[in-house]
Amino acid sequence: MSLHTLTIHQLREKLRRGNVSAREATQSLLDRIQSVDGKLKAYLWLDAEDALAQADAIDRSGIAKNGKLLGGVPVAIKDVINVEGQPCTCASKILKGHTSVYDAFVVQRLREAGAILLGRTNMDEFAMGSSTENSSWGITHNPWDLERIPGGSSGGSAAAVAADEAFAALGSDTGGSIRQPASLCGCVGFKPTYGRVSRYGLVAFASSLDQVGPFTKDVADGALMLRVLAGHDPHDTTSVPQPVPDYTAGLGKGVKGLRIGLPKEYFIDGMDREVEAAVRAAIKKLQDLGAEIVEISLPHTDYAVAVYYLIATAEASANLARFDGVRYGARVTGEDVIDMYGKTRGAGFGPEVKRRIILGTYALSAGYHDAYYVRAQKVRTLIRQDFEKAFERCDVIVTPTSPEVAFRIGEKTDDPLKMYLCDIFTISVNLAGICGVSLPCGFTNDPRLPIGLQVLGKPFGEETVLGVAHAYEQATEWHKARPNL
Amino acid sequence: MQYEAVIGLEVHVQLKTKSKMFCGCATEFGGSPNTQVCPVCLGYPGVLPVMNEEAVSKTIRTGLMIGSKVAGFSKWDRKSYFYPDMPKNYQISQYDLPLCAEGAVEIKLDGGKTKAIGVTRAHLEEDVAKSTHFETTSGVDFNRAGVPLMEVVSEPDMRSPEEAFAYITALKEILVSGGISDCDMEKGQLRCDSNVSVRPIGQKEFGEKVEIKNMNTISGVRRALAYEIQRQTAALQKGEKVSQETRRWDDAAGRTFVMRTKEYAHDYRYFPDPDLMPVVVSEEMIAAARKLLPELPEAKRQRFIKQYGLPEYDAGVLVADTALAGYYEKAAVASKNPKAISNWVMTELLGKLSEAKRTIGECAIQPEHLTELVALVDGGQISGKIGKEVFAEMFDSGKSPGLIVKEKGLVQVSDTGALEGFVNEAIAKSPKSVADFKAGNEGAINFLKGQVMKLSKGKANPQLVGEILQRKLRGG
Ligand SMILES: [Zn+2]
Repeated sequence: MSLHTLTIHQLREKLRRGNVSAREATQSLLDRIQSVDGKLKAYLWLDAEDALAQADAIDRSGIAKNGKLLGGVPVAIKDVINVEGQPCTCASKILKGHTSVYDAFVVQRLREAGAILLGRTNMDEFAMGSSTENSSWGITHNPWDLERIPGGSSGGSAAAVAADEAFAALGSDTGGSIRQPASLCGCVGFKPTYGRVSRYGLVAFASSLDQVGPFTKDVADGALMLRVLAGHDPHDTTSVPQPVPDYTAGLGKGVKGLRIGLPKEYFIDGMDREVEAAVRAAIKKLQDLGAEIVEISLPHTDYAVAVYYLIATAEASANLARFDGVRYGARVTGEDVIDMYGKTRGAGFGPEVKRRIILGTYALSAGYHDAYYVRAQKVRTLIRQDFEKAFERCDVIVTPTSPEVAFRIGEKTDDPLKMYLCDIFTISVNLAGICGVSLPCGFTNDPRLPIGLQVLGKPFGEETVLGVAHAYEQATEWHKARPNL
Repeated sequence: MQYEAVIGLEVHVQLKTKSKMFCGCATEFGGSPNTQVCPVCLGYPGVLPVMNEEAVSKTIRTGLMIGSKVAGFSKWDRKSYFYPDMPKNYQISQYDLPLCAEGAVEIKLDGGKTKAIGVTRAHLEEDVAKSTHFETTSGVDFNRAGVPLMEVVSEPDMRSPEEAFAYITALKEILVSGGISDCDMEKGQLRCDSNVSVRPIGQKEFGEKVEIKNMNTISGVRRALAYEIQRQTAALQKGEKVSQETRRWDDAAGRTFVMRTKEYAHDYRYFPDPDLMPVVVSEEMIAAARKLLPELPEAKRQRFIKQYGLPEYDAGVLVADTALAGYYEKAAVASKNPKAISNWVMTELLGKLSEAKRTIGECAIQPEHLTELVALVDGGQISGKIGKEVFAEMFDSGKSPGLIVKEKGLVQVSDTGALEGFVNEAIAKSPKSVADFKAGNEGAINFLKGQVMKLSKGKANPQLVGEILQRKLRGG
């Protein structure tokens, strides 16, 4: 068996025993990337020499053999998270040539845990999109069908992990950007509770919604990664100083006696039949494993997409104002400074980013601020309360991750609204600030494309969510399936 | 028709804190450009702000000093506009829930009257960078970007440039005495914008308001307002309308120019900053701020008058400069003659300081040495005249007056035997003055006194010399 197909816990076992070195593990991935990434284009940037040098340093120091959680494990990073000395473009022309001058908190955590920072993965520009088609540097292909999109915005990270081009990858989730591509590529994607993981060093799209999280090949690896990433950071005052449990140790308790909520609003008309069937079968499986199924209601679900596209774009309109050509990134000179701003931003941002900046600017403008931004905040509170009430009756909520499987490249690019509806089951989670995971729960028949199951938990209920996901995964074989490349 | 002006002021004050508002960079003035910067205050992708607690506590202290209500719950908002001196192209400020609301600053008017100028609000924000324009390019120094900036907004309670001048002076006194800011306008630590309108006396409604920017000194504020009131009044008298706009004061030209009209007013698109938690001000925080409150200038002035027996004028001058008041008090509290200490400070010390272009902080004379000097004069060890000589030496060398007197042998001569010798010599040398005195010209004695002082090299005890002269001339 080639090293690149291993999970983190399998690889760590070999590293610990000294059967393999960090260099061998890294070289195995580099070979895999060399052979398949030409087709997938999951990576935007990779420095093989640097990765091997990191691996050698880890081998020399003995970190790979000791108890460090990720000692000698290469991890891919979404191009929106700063790694000192590596490029960070957010897949945008406006940051072409920009090199990070500092490490994100999560990157510091990875380094401390002994990980190798492998390379940068593709994404929708500034994390705005659900297909990775909005990248300025080209499209990433779904490993199960190269004609199809990998989901987004963290499509590169999801495709890399699903295609054994990485043992794990970091992504960011603002409205589903980890869970939806994990679902469409057939891997595990975890979105932590807002405040569980520091955002310091994650280039902001919508600050009140963004969270960093891991892509992994199975749930146990997700628990391991989360243990490394989670925790309070004094540089992010929205991160919460709450102790981090040993998520790995919490696995294996089963679902007996747990109440699983099914929101009636999520099993909607127009959902892909095979998706619905797979999710219903998964629910049946959980019931067989001893869970109790309860119907719940999230009555404000219909408003989630509208609320999201007001709040996220409003915040983005300010967050992206700093890209002006004055201090870093690309600059297009102009007659005067205002002209320079216009030309720089006009040339630097892609159409979807411009659309959202304009929408957000409008929502905050005098005369519209109350009708749009303020009202959206009020409805956001109602959506959060929906979940609070629902969680009085259940321990986790189970839904499809996405109403459909991976669609064809170009299929929705002309219809932004259709694209926005891809996130209909993931968006509310960010508005409510709760945690959730997507894991494989089946395939469509023809073509054979992965289907994702979403498990949602209470704020800081990561342990319970991981426990349910792990119990389901261990009772099924879906996570072992690999695309033919 | 008679018109009156209605003036409101927005004063921006850089707080005296070690680090910037949302990052750990130093705030010191005068560093080489872009040496006190980091990814946070340069607005790099992915950074987050962390609130400076000391700045919040100083704003609360300011609120307490001007009798404001300190908010129990306050928050941060983003104020958006594009400008090269704004690293993020939005400024973190406070929009609808400032830390301090309502309050007043008392100003002194002519004739000893006082007037309370209302303060609408005081809130915190981050300062912007400083742009410099060269021939074909511009440079931006981000050292200033992110320095804690407190904005104090007054009610439109002032009616003349003089009142505005008095308001800024009084506010500055409060802020300096409270250790909130050094308020050095030359270093940009205190900056001021003004709103001014004009209306017929007796009319209740305000006229069209004009905002004036770029007034870099307190006297500049006074000049700008005087010009603007005159401009608006003239327009109204001609039957023209004053339009609501922002104007820039040009101190060299002595007039204001239109910067932007109402149609081009910014839409700042304020919204709560999702990167920062709201500020919850606890009772403990307010109590802690209260402990650090200084004595207010007016209270200190009254105390100086009472405790040290100073005239109102002297007390006013001393209190106007917190450091000077502190210096005076150190010298006065140990002295039997605090009034004399004040005389020395007011005339000799302030004179010498301004001559040497030094601040009281840079003064070589220790306060306790000034106490000692007054004691030497009062005790008759040296004359007042020698005292001034000793003072000059103290100012230059920082030596104690006792040491200077000893080194230079300046102890006053009070030995009557020695003095009589000098008196005899003076009388012998000046027969004309003696004759004048005897003819009834009492003033002539001063010339003789002067001669004695000269002969004794200034060391003769002037009182004794007078007595001996009187006796000799009258007794003949
Ligand atoms: Zn800084």
